[in-house]
Amino acid sequence: MSVRDDIAARMPGGDAGLILAVLATAYLLYVLAGVVLGYDLRGQLNSLATLTFYIGVFAMLSLALNLHWGYTGLFNIGIVGFMAVGVYVMALVSKPTFVAGGAAQVGGLGLPLWVGIIAGMVAAAVLGFVVALPALRLRADYLAIVTIAMSEIVRFSFLSGDLQQFQLFGSKVGFGGGSGLILDFVPPLEALFQSVGLWGVYLGFVDATKVIVPTNPKPVVDGLVYGLLLLTFVTVFFWLLKRTGESPFGRVLKAIREDEDVANALGKDTDRFKIKSFMLGCALMGLAGILWLMPQGAVTPNFFRPRVTFFVWIALIIGGAGSNTGSVLGGATFAALLYQGPRYFQNLVTTVLPNLDSPPGFGQAIGPLISQLDPVPFLLYTIDSIRQLQLVVMGLVLIWLMHNRPEGLLGHRKETASVISLSRPKAAAAATDGGSADGDVQTDGGVDVADNNGGVDDE
Amino acid sequence: MSDASQPVDDVATKVDEGALGSFASGVQTTEEYPLRVEGLRKSFGGITAVDGATFQVESGSLTGLIGPNGAGKSTTFNLITGMIKPDAGTVTFNGEDITGLDPHEVANRGMVRTFQIARELSEMTVLENMMLAPQRQRGEELWRSVLPGVRNDVREQEEELLERVWEVLDFFDIDHIAEEYAGNLSGGQRKLLEMARALLTDPDMLLLDEPFAGVNPTLEKKLLEHIHELREQGYTFLLVEHDMDLIMNNCEHVIVLHQGRVLTEGTPDDIRSNEEVIEAYLGGNV
Amino acid sequence: MGIAETYSRGREFAIERPFALVLGVIAAYLLGDLLLGLATGQTQFADIGSLAWDGLMRGLVIGLAGIGLSMTYSILNFANFSHGDYITAGAFSGWSTTYLLAGLGRADIGALMLVGAGGSVYGGTLGIGMLSTPLAVIAGIVVAGGFTILLSLAVDRTIFKPIRDEGGITLLITSIGVAFALRYLMQFVFGSDVRGTTAQPPSVGLYLVDGTVFIDAHDITLLVIASGLMLGVHLLLQRTKLGKAMRAMADNEDLARITGIPTERVVRSTWIIGGGLTGIAGYMFILWKGTLGFNDGWLLLLLIFAAVILGGIGSIYGAITGGLVIGLTASMSVLWIPSAFARAAAFVVMIVILLVKPSGLFSGRSTA
Repeated sequence: MSVRDDIAARMPGGDAGLILAVLATAYLLYVLAGVVLGYDLRGQLNSLATLTFYIGVFAMLSLALNLHWGYTGLFNIGIVGFMAVGVYVMALVSKPTFVAGGAAQVGGLGLPLWVGIIAGMVAAAVLGFVVALPALRLRADYLAIVTIAMSEIVRFSFLSGDLQQFQLFGSKVGFGGGSGLILDFVPPLEALFQSVGLWGVYLGFVDATKVIVPTNPKPVVDGLVYGLLLLTFVTVFFWLLKRTGESPFGRVLKAIREDEDVANALGKDTDRFKIKSFMLGCALMGLAGILWLMPQGAVTPNFFRPRVTFFVWIALIIGGAGSNTGSVLGGATFAALLYQGPRYFQNLVTTVLPNLDSPPGFGQAIGPLISQLDPVPFLLYTIDSIRQLQLVVMGLVLIWLMHNRPEGLLGHRKETASVISLSRPKAAAAATDGGSADGDVQTDGGVDVADNNGGVDDE
Repeated sequence: MSDASQPVDDVATKVDEGALGSFASGVQTTEEYPLRVEGLRKSFGGITAVDGATFQVESGSLTGLIGPNGAGKSTTFNLITGMIKPDAGTVTFNGEDITGLDPHEVANRGMVRTFQIARELSEMTVLENMMLAPQRQRGEELWRSVLPGVRNDVREQEEELLERVWEVLDFFDIDHIAEEYAGNLSGGQRKLLEMARALLTDPDMLLLDEPFAGVNPTLEKKLLEHIHELREQGYTFLLVEHDMDLIMNNCEHVIVLHQGRVLTEGTPDDIRSNEEVIEAYLGGNV
Repeated sequence: MGIAETYSRGREFAIERPFALVLGVIAAYLLGDLLLGLATGQTQFADIGSLAWDGLMRGLVIGLAGIGLSMTYSILNFANFSHGDYITAGAFSGWSTTYLLAGLGRADIGALMLVGAGGSVYGGTLGIGMLSTPLAVIAGIVVAGGFTILLSLAVDRTIFKPIRDEGGITLLITSIGVAFALRYLMQFVFGSDVRGTTAQPPSVGLYLVDGTVFIDAHDITLLVIASGLMLGVHLLLQRTKLGKAMRAMADNEDLARITGIPTERVVRSTWIIGGGLTGIAGYMFILWKGTLGFNDGWLLLLLIFAAVILGGIGSIYGAITGGLVIGLTASMSVLWIPSAFARAAAFVVMIVILLVKPSGLFSGRSTA
């Protein structure tokens, strides 16, 4: 029994309650920090929207990775490649067709956004299939190297001038090469509300928020609503993966993670299960990538560097691989503390001390410290370099976790892989009442059954 | 599971319904010799582990496979169950050529093995281990497990399976550790779990790879009782075992492997008095 | 042997090894394409020569750095993702020394020690090169090797040793953490700019059929030092007791422990040899290409993994051969495909090897 089981047991609402509590704590911290620094309401709302956004994307990605690693034991460190394929294919399908003289260098097929999203997910799944088919038989560390190499191949492909533009179904389309693509389709929220005929209502709502945010409230409201949309997607991911895990399908995945030969010897076609699990996870990674980049207005190949993959890994390991609740918590913790936290801290410091010049390099920063014991330049340089140092911190956190809490910060969790509770059915319990009175769980494991239990009914 | 067909020949008639209950759903053995192995051959990097082994296992029997160290027993097991592919020879099960099939395909056809070193799925509970075993579960299709509505079918089947699982747990007397992680079990408990799990796949034939290794005498007796009881119900057993006495006292038919070939086979008494066997064991450094 | 037999053999081969057949067809096509290019004058011999030389140089760096990775992979049983950043660390430590020795008195000491961070001083201005400042370069090589040894020993002692008995995947994930921490710490200290480190070294042009292939002094330095070190490692493993112990350990750690080989000492020797070679490889890589950035080692890492897997994990000859194959592939693939895909081609070679012969070309010969 771990810390988290206890917490979850005491928490009203169980897992959902625990997740909500962690989210609430994160938000409270951000709001408090904002209050201390005298942020106006607009600033507060913006910072909450950004926080929500990153919690959303990292929770989704870490849920998807949990399916691969936590459930099936597939060591995928090519996450970012599947995200990239999802986004780029979505862009290819949904960008408006090419118009000469427009801002965009290349066009797309001009299909609705939802078609693009589905196409992107399918493409990511297909790439997953192509990688999985040969590579799933490999050892975990080989699979790791193959997937990361794949993600780099994907990045180089989108970087290359050869795919910058080409003809598809008579349209001038392409991936834009190194300078990237402008995502000049209808903004996702607009597309969403229009498709359900509520765009007017939404605009009315935005107008009404002028009471709170007097000038130009739309970007603020958009950000918050998009954040909520992402949290909705997290819920959908969670629901989907919880059902996947808590089923005979999930049971086989778990068995594969534990010992593939045994699962195979028990009549399970393990390759098929692995491919399905891998493709589903890849499709979800593609979707997460799409949701991450869709509102950004543009996408460049170099966004998809392997470090994003490792962010997701850190998030999953913080939460504890193998648990969907843990994945969401890990994603939220990572986003709030390790990803957004340092940047937020940097913003705060520069808000409080706006006129300090930080030294341009390490030399100018460390010099005064050595010669005059003056730590100020060094501290300023440190704060200025927080985006690099946060990666150092992430590395150290990962090392610390692997040393001290490899099962995740919040401990080991039992998420039983079955549709129903596996306790003894009532009817059967009544029938075999005399068989074994001690329903207690034996924990030491040191005593053999035969020594422990004489009541054998077979003679 | 009611879809398994009825026992056909008289050897396989179910006896003693009471003790086993509904999980023993009947065994399908249309052949007199469900398992036939012919000319099986496998070499690893120039060393021939199995060199033309030929034998058959009678329906409803408890057949022992013995031989000195390095005789190729484990390799033979692996070849029969598809863990490794033979270089030559055929394996026939219930009249069907199953040579070179994958392990899961072999298991699907009703022949299930256990492992020499019990391979429990340690981060899964005993109950999860057991629930895994039944074949062709509806919920093993992803969409059935996920989509609302059809998931109810899965739930129904899960409930049926769960009852069987608890019956088998009771039968093997491991119901009190049902909620425990399999990794926390003792060696003997793991052996029991493994056999119980194999049984839940609803096999016709069980291949047991040294099921008594590292098991204390009390539990050994219990395991043997279970095996005999199951055999009376028509299950066929092929047993690899080091302990000669154990084989001689329990099996009605013994096959002796030596240097990858069948040296001889017969009743325990035949084997005991066979000069070649004694020589093989003495020469092979018992 | 009659025609029929040859034919039936060919058919058997095609059925049993479809992968190999496809590869053969592809190789034949590429060769044909190349020959056609040469015949029509679209491709020049001298171009091929230049690319091959470039690939050879790259391959030597990859091979040299790969020996260390291969050794730790087989002896400690994990894929060390921080290896690339050991390369960078070696490069920075060595070049810091070189800058200091070459530029002492001519520029600010701090700027020299930080390898001219932020454009404060340029290697070209200091006239750094094997022929112009030989002492500074040699000192740099020594420091690069020494510093990387210390670094890898320190990391091993504090980070890898406590979890040595965990699985390879735990160590692998941990090494990713180490890689992150090291890389961005180096960025913090040395800045993120890619700086030029050397003055243009003198070179000789070799005439080849229809053009000239240029070989410069740093190419030769790399060739001499890399081959020398490779030979040294070979002798060490073959002729010394330590080498025998290491080979035994790579084969089977438990066995080695039982037979009384002091495994922690072997582990330490592995890091010393591997770390030294890796640091020197990092230094030579920078000397050869003339620029230095905090990402250099990481970018090289996947190619090194490709080389090590290609050659078979645990085999130093495999690492060297794999390095040359990968280096040549990355350089020469531009004859057929756009240069943006040159690295991708090297990865594809690795993936194909993993599929066709996952144990590598030199499989079964551990660390020997």
